[in-house]
Amino acid sequence: MDILLLSRIQFALTVMFHYIYPPLSIGLGMVLVIMESMSIFTKNPLYHQMTKFWVKIFGLIFAIGVATGIVMEFEFGTNWATYSRYVGDIFGSALAAEGVFAFFLESGFLAILLFGWDKVSPRMHWISTMLVCLGAHFSAVWIVVAGSWMQTPAGYHIVTQGSHVRAEITDFWAMVFNPSSMERLAHVLSGAWETAAFMVLSISAFYLLKKKHIAFAKASMKVALAMAVIACLGQMITGRISAEGVAKRQPAKLAAMEGHYAAQAPADFYILGIVDDNKSEVNGLKIKGMLSYLTTGDFNKPVQGLESFKKEDRPPVAIVFQSYHGMIIIGIVCMFLVFTAVILLWQKRLFESTWFLKLLVPAVLLPQLANQLGWITAEVGRQPWIVYGLLRTSEALSKSVQANAVLTSLIMFTLIYTLLFVLFIFLLDQKIKHGPEGFEHDIDTQMHRA
Amino acid sequence: MDLHLIWFILVGVLLAGYAILDGFDLGVGALHLFAKGDQERRLMINSIGPVWDGNEVWLVTGGGALFAAFPDVYATLASGFYLAVFLLIFALIFRAVAIEFRSKQASAVWRQSWDVAFSVASILSAFLFGVVIGNLIWGIPLGADKEFQGTFFGLLHPYALLTGVMVLSVCMMHGAIYVVMKTQGELHDKARGWVKNCIIFFMIMYVLLTMVTMLYVPKMVEHLKAYPILFLIPVVKLLVIANIPREIYHKRDFLAFLSSSVAIVLFMFLFGAGIFPNMVLSNPLPENSLTIYNASSSIKTLQTMFTIALIGMPVVLAYTISIYWIFRGKVKLDNHSY
Repeated sequence: MDILLLSRIQFALTVMFHYIYPPLSIGLGMVLVIMESMSIFTKNPLYHQMTKFWVKIFGLIFAIGVATGIVMEFEFGTNWATYSRYVGDIFGSALAAEGVFAFFLESGFLAILLFGWDKVSPRMHWISTMLVCLGAHFSAVWIVVAGSWMQTPAGYHIVTQGSHVRAEITDFWAMVFNPSSMERLAHVLSGAWETAAFMVLSISAFYLLKKKHIAFAKASMKVALAMAVIACLGQMITGRISAEGVAKRQPAKLAAMEGHYAAQAPADFYILGIVDDNKSEVNGLKIKGMLSYLTTGDFNKPVQGLESFKKEDRPPVAIVFQSYHGMIIIGIVCMFLVFTAVILLWQKRLFESTWFLKLLVPAVLLPQLANQLGWITAEVGRQPWIVYGLLRTSEALSKSVQANAVLTSLIMFTLIYTLLFVLFIFLLDQKIKHGPEGFEHDIDTQMHRA
Repeated sequence: MDLHLIWFILVGVLLAGYAILDGFDLGVGALHLFAKGDQERRLMINSIGPVWDGNEVWLVTGGGALFAAFPDVYATLASGFYLAVFLLIFALIFRAVAIEFRSKQASAVWRQSWDVAFSVASILSAFLFGVVIGNLIWGIPLGADKEFQGTFFGLLHPYALLTGVMVLSVCMMHGAIYVVMKTQGELHDKARGWVKNCIIFFMIMYVLLTMVTMLYVPKMVEHLKAYPILFLIPVVKLLVIANIPREIYHKRDFLAFLSSSVAIVLFMFLFGAGIFPNMVLSNPLPENSLTIYNASSSIKTLQTMFTIALIGMPVVLAYTISIYWIFRGKVKLDNHSY
């Protein structure tokens, strides 16, 4: 088999599997900060109980996130050695900064978060929770900076020494604040919040349906709902800004996202569609001229289409188009669910609306799916480049690695990750069924009296 | 100042930090199956429970620093040792999830399976780190394009296997002392026995490896000959190593642990001084070696990264010390434990 394809499949598999976990730890970190703050300031034991339960879920997710994250740290070198030599100056710096500023903070204070309940004062524990949450957010900052530099390189120059060509930093801050990094960071973080909020909503809805841990579930749901509202709105806004950025800086990617072929013509916005790459057209439900309006403010202005790029410079259209539209549709469904929940809560019917709670339970999968689709849109949309406009993916491989070796590691990853995923779901399910610890009954009765 | 040299030292510091810290928790893993019964094994795992994950961050950051400061070294080693790197990563994954998953079910089969996974993965990780070090001392075939030209099985030559076992013996000794320090009662007494056996195992490997290195890789001591003051290092190292059984005998467990930590740092120092200025020696064609000069990033990046290290590392040390301080003393099982 083709080593390029194998390496890309392996990278996609390992990063997508890894990316199930970090959004949850980032978002749950925020959930924990809110809950423990409420526990500290109200002294209500219910919030303490909530914090303890979600910390346990957090611990399980974090462990798998760490285990699968080590892979990513070394996979640039194993499979993409030429890329690593080319960008080490820049990409390596961001990764090292992530280690120094984020991982140490996160993993150090995680010890207190998980095991320090009786070792430190409640206030110190609360501070540790905040530091873990901060660390998780910092790690998103550096990795998104590194990834964004591959989309919109800045602050570098190309240096040639003999047969070796590489990018070197000229301006560190221009590299960090490259044109797309902040908007992509905001989009990633609101996605992470949404993912965790939906997880809390789902598990709480499950308890309400089972009529177990009622007070716990209601209070957890309220916290998650508040976060979900902010995250959903954030997703729409940052998604919109990101798309505008792509239109400006990566026109081939935008054209693939919308399946816009004609070199210079007013562009439509598809709601759903099927791409026919041979005929260079998309069949589906569309709003005429809407993409022109969104990018230029005028329904009739032309937008640069795929045909203005050489065939070898175009990303694959169908996969980018479908992932992008899938992500948007899921985002809208999530928004609809969250605002329905808010209205139901307003009318004091949320916790009794069985039909709606039944929708919330599987909804945990929606933001996860949207994260993955968004990632596919961003990375496949960047193709055929590994660093946009500078280095092609096909030129970035390790020269000393044979296809057989990649096939071997790919098979191993598939087996190990399947096992890990099955075990993760099994243990998560056990934890959920086991439920929060202690004094459930007392709290319920206290709440009724109050 | 020579930034290349500074970064050679800084990467060394990060990896030495990793060797001291993960060294003992790999050692605890390697000894895990010698602990009998669920209670003892829980004590073993919980002795490293709050810290193993932070210890591994030293490797992740060391890897990141290598990528940033010496991209060619990172790229050549990771791609050249392709299967070995993934084997190591799989071992580290199994270790991590074994620690996390083991306690989540009460079934004996479940726990025993994770015990075996934890121990085998720890032994394999320590051994593979040693194999990598052995290859860096011995040299690997590199082309003029800085690319590895050998095979996976070519990496498993006798010298590399010997360093693999040597590193395993260091970790086991270090881990056994850690267990002695962190436990009390029956397990503590048992671990004292482990320490004795591990010291013997380590001494045999140490003498053997030193002799083989002198005979077959004499260039590892060239710098010592050039700067006789450096001979102090192996002398101090010998004294430190000799101090370990003495402290154990006097039941000053912490000082024994400190001694084995210092010994590890001195090993790393001698290793660094031995290979300097090469980072990856090319064998047979030494002119293709990757040095701290021909494999580094731009001066601008080395400078920027140095600033980051100056800001970040004191803070990192402060966290690390506070966490170890908070979790000091003998390990006790409570309802937050694994």
